[in-house]
Amino acid sequence: MIPLSWYLILSGLLFLIGLLAVLIRRNAIGILMGVELILNAANINLLAFWRYLYGYNGDLRGQVFVIVIFVVAAAEAAVGLAMIISAYRRKNTIVANDIDLLKG
Amino acid sequence: MTFIADPITFITHWLTQLMGGWGWSATLIQVLLNILGSGILVLGAMVFTTVLIWAERKLGARFQDRPGPNRVGPWGIFQTIADMLKIFTKEYITPVGADKIPYNLAPALAVAAVLCVWAVLPFSSTVFGTNIGIGLLFIIGVGGLGEIAIILAGFGSNNKYALLGAFRAVAQLVSYEVPMVIVLLIPVMLSGSMGMNDIVAAQSVPFIVLAPIAGVIFFITLIAENGRAPFDLVEADSELVAGYNIEYSGLKFGFFFVADFLHAFTSALIFSTVFLGGWQGPGVENAPILGFVYLLIKTLVVYFIMLTLRFSLPRFRIDQMMNLNWKILTPLALFAFMVTALVNKLLPAGNNLIRIGGLLAVNLLLWFITNWALSRFITNQPRPVVSGARPVAIGEKKTVVKEETSA
Amino acid sequence: MSAQQFFFIVTAFVILFSAMMTVLSHKMMHSALWFVLALLGVAVIYALLEASFFAVVQVLVYVGAIAILIIFSVMLTRKAMEDTGSPVNKTWVLSLVIVLLTTVGGFLAFRTWGALKAFPADLLPVHYDIGELGLALVDPERFALPFEVTSILLLAALVGAIYIAFGRKEDNQ
Repeated sequence: MIPLSWYLILSGLLFLIGLLAVLIRRNAIGILMGVELILNAANINLLAFWRYLYGYNGDLRGQVFVIVIFVVAAAEAAVGLAMIISAYRRKNTIVANDIDLLKG
Repeated sequence: MTFIADPITFITHWLTQLMGGWGWSATLIQVLLNILGSGILVLGAMVFTTVLIWAERKLGARFQDRPGPNRVGPWGIFQTIADMLKIFTKEYITPVGADKIPYNLAPALAVAAVLCVWAVLPFSSTVFGTNIGIGLLFIIGVGGLGEIAIILAGFGSNNKYALLGAFRAVAQLVSYEVPMVIVLLIPVMLSGSMGMNDIVAAQSVPFIVLAPIAGVIFFITLIAENGRAPFDLVEADSELVAGYNIEYSGLKFGFFFVADFLHAFTSALIFSTVFLGGWQGPGVENAPILGFVYLLIKTLVVYFIMLTLRFSLPRFRIDQMMNLNWKILTPLALFAFMVTALVNKLLPAGNNLIRIGGLLAVNLLLWFITNWALSRFITNQPRPVVSGARPVAIGEKKTVVKEETSA
Repeated sequence: MSAQQFFFIVTAFVILFSAMMTVLSHKMMHSALWFVLALLGVAVIYALLEASFFAVVQVLVYVGAIAILIIFSVMLTRKAMEDTGSPVNKTWVLSLVIVLLTTVGGFLAFRTWGALKAFPADLLPVHYDIGELGLALVDPERFALPFEVTSILLLAALVGAIYIAFGRKEDNQ
């Protein structure tokens, strides 16, 4: 009833909004939220393809990929936030542009 | 099925035939009956909360050697209705600068997160909300929505102390979810499915006999997830003002109050469903309505135990609470899980005496080892005294040095 | 338009609107809350795809853990962003142009993708047993290797996060 293209359009648009968040936001945590939106868009894409292509004959590759992405996203969010807070403690700023000690 | 043995299914069939006679389509009838059923369930839950609040106040009073509410009605049973009338007519004071949407959404979300759990609990073999295959995971996931509600409440109040209280509450809730999820894997393993109906149907021997350590750990984490004493550090209603619901008045506070009590009762329901056998009991195949009665009895017993703990134990400090979680409950949960998995595979299947005895013996062994390890390795060290003793009043030198007493 | 399609369209609008508000909010806390709403919408999409396990795990992991982590760190770093105004940086015009061009290009490429017609519009019924996923994850011929590698990744992330968050605190003392 819901054609596959609808899910793909939704995941594509969500990916682009996440990409916009990564490129535009000043705050480092905002950039991280954009990355999480991108990962969620990829998850929707994978699950839609699993359901429409392989769901009815028991092939589970899409699902395992989605589980791996869940775990990677959680791990990356945890480590990323730890680093952001650590950088905040040193330099008292979380504007991504101002953390530029290594800038040439 | 007769009316007496199974009234709810009987009424459902009767209504279906009635509306089918009027010529309505099958899906419309089903949707209407579902809405009616969930409405009755929610109404029943909320009305039952009033009885629960009265029972808690009465029992708590008796524990503390005082009569409790006894003015409004015989034995004070209408006390809760009087309180409800008061709360309905109180003025809503919204603090200046509060974010409107999070501030107003938080109480509703808190109650909704608790009521969602009632949709997957089986009340008898034929009366349940829905039978999803992942009911247990759903219950844990909905707890996450409750945490978001607390954060919304703390943030929307525009109050530093509400925010801090909310964060401490969420830290406690997130920490205690870890042993809860690990321990809940043990009934899943023993019954082979995550669906609540399957877990209850597999309990001809209740799981509290097969996995007592899991039951005890789950009970402790349920009390901690509710924020009840002895884990009520974040509201501490005889010390702090009220934690994250400090800026709420009137019905919004009433909603948090109802969410708290309903959560306690729902936790008792979950415990009896997963570990005590749910609606199982003698004679329940012939008359499914008896399952409802058995579940109610078991839940009230568990709730009574929770109340006993609430009114007898002093509250934990935050470092003691975190110690208990990360150093004791989580390793114990992991060990219990691994040991149960091993023993479950080694012993012959089926509910014979060898399996029950084997699992029980292994659990008792683990309990004794834990006891020995705790008494050997974790001692209550006195906290170091940071500054010296208070100087005797000498003259012009005034030092304001407080002495840190050891715990 | 059937009920399911209507539901999908409403959820899709909620997700995209919340994601846009995440990007454009001035206050960081509002941005985090819109992010939570977007994640909940994605969980609804998973439930529409009949992947119920993933819907619940999405709420459990993303909303119950990652979103709460993000809200915590927003609170911990609140002083840094309170008085500076704009949420976007200087290059926002160029980034917006690039993303819009990518959107248009993506749509054009999507419409000319012939294989899209080959997918069935009606979902064939799937008998989905969660136990099947569990068995597949530990079967050495199927997916045991990604499972184990993922757990090592989690271990590395755990140790790394603890070290980063902890080690500096002893430094500053």
